Amino acid sequence: MLEANDLACLKGDRLLFRGLDLHVEAGEMLRVAGPNGVGKTSLLRILCGLAMQEYGQVRWRGLDIRRERESFHRALLYVGHLPALNDLLTPLENLRFACAATGDDPGKSACLEALARIGLGEQVDLPARVLSQGQRRRVGLARLFLSASRPFWVLDEPFTALDVAAVADLATTLSGHCEAGGTVILTTHQDAPFGKAPTVLDLAGVAC
Amino acid sequence: MLKGILGPFLAVLRRDLMLAWRGRADVLVTLAFFIIVVCLFPFGVGAETNQLRAIAPGVLWVAALLSTLLSLHRLFAQDHADGTLEQLLLSPEPTVLWVTAKVSAHWIVTGLPLVLAAPGLALLFDVEQGALGVLTLSLALGSPILALLGAVGAALTLGLRGGGVLLALLVLPLFVPVLIFGAGAVDAYLGGTGATAHLLLLGGGLLGALALAPFACAAALRIAIE
Repeated sequence: MLEANDLACLKGDRLLFRGLDLHVEAGEMLRVAGPNGVGKTSLLRILCGLAMQEYGQVRWRGLDIRRERESFHRALLYVGHLPALNDLLTPLENLRFACAATGDDPGKSACLEALARIGLGEQVDLPARVLSQGQRRRVGLARLFLSASRPFWVLDEPFTALDVAAVADLATTLSGHCEAGGTVILTTHQDAPFGKAPTVLDLAGVAC
Repeated sequence: MLKGILGPFLAVLRRDLMLAWRGRADVLVTLAFFIIVVCLFPFGVGAETNQLRAIAPGVLWVAALLSTLLSLHRLFAQDHADGTLEQLLLSPEPTVLWVTAKVSAHWIVTGLPLVLAAPGLALLFDVEQGALGVLTLSLALGSPILALLGAVGAALTLGLRGGGVLLALLVLPLFVPVLIFGAGAVDAYLGGTGATAHLLLLGGGLLGALALAPFACAAALRIAIE
């Protein structure tokens, strides 16, 4: 589904990694590993098309993601470091906007259901600024439940600030997505109870 | 089809207007600044009626231009800081669509109040009624151009240290033609040549900016988040 050839990433004037090849198929989960600062987030941003690689190519279903931006982004769900949450809006408003802005319109009841499933049923009407870190994280992750139609999920440290039960829930959701034929690429330093152990890509091997 | 195109546009427009309503204090600052700057002039230059009447268009236009500048840096800053911009750029919908929505919302919130306040303030300068209409119309056509050009500057300086000052240096020269034709419209009307030519030029400028600025803005935003 997604493949990258000979990727090199330059950050400022430092070469983070080069000669990176990766290949993920439908139903596969890939965990990008490596110490802090090795370029995990940079790699995910390149794979999403948010950042430009210094060298190499990223292809989605055989086509360059920069040429096929629209169809690629229709298939992609990216949950990054930043929560994409506005403090003045409620979790429900934030979630509905996040969906609407990317061209989905799941409707209010589906959004409420997703928030209840992620454990924010009580907080839907509070402004986001009063939420805790873990709760803010959950609002972003609630989109997972509304994005079953998007096969390719890219998650940057999705487990950060979540409690043990939420980590287990999320791991189940991700495994379920892969079983249904989706693809997940994620970074994490935590061990999570995935149904099937993810393939690991260690960036330390290609770091400069 | 139309709904598919309008969906993200309306979503961004509605959200930005709602945010502006919830953070109204920020919005009122722009309008208050405009009113205060305009009111300072009679104190500074004296209350000689003919003189006030002569400087009114220029004063209102320069004040509108400065107040626009005051709020421009807020256009993308919050969305950049909280990651909303990343998500918007990953949207399969065309970037220019939601950029236009953001700029429209910004103009409705910061530009439109200036246009509405202008006739009242012009009365302080004893501007005659016909000229009042021309002045308001010139601001109504010109202030969206300022917002569109300013948005390009705001996108280019996004995330830079001291971006606010750089933004002013970048966009103020671009505002000059708008200022000349905007303030010139009233002078032309009072001079008897009619303001049509000036207003048509402003209208043309608006259409040009509307067609081109969102593309420049979208390109600058892509660079800003890399």
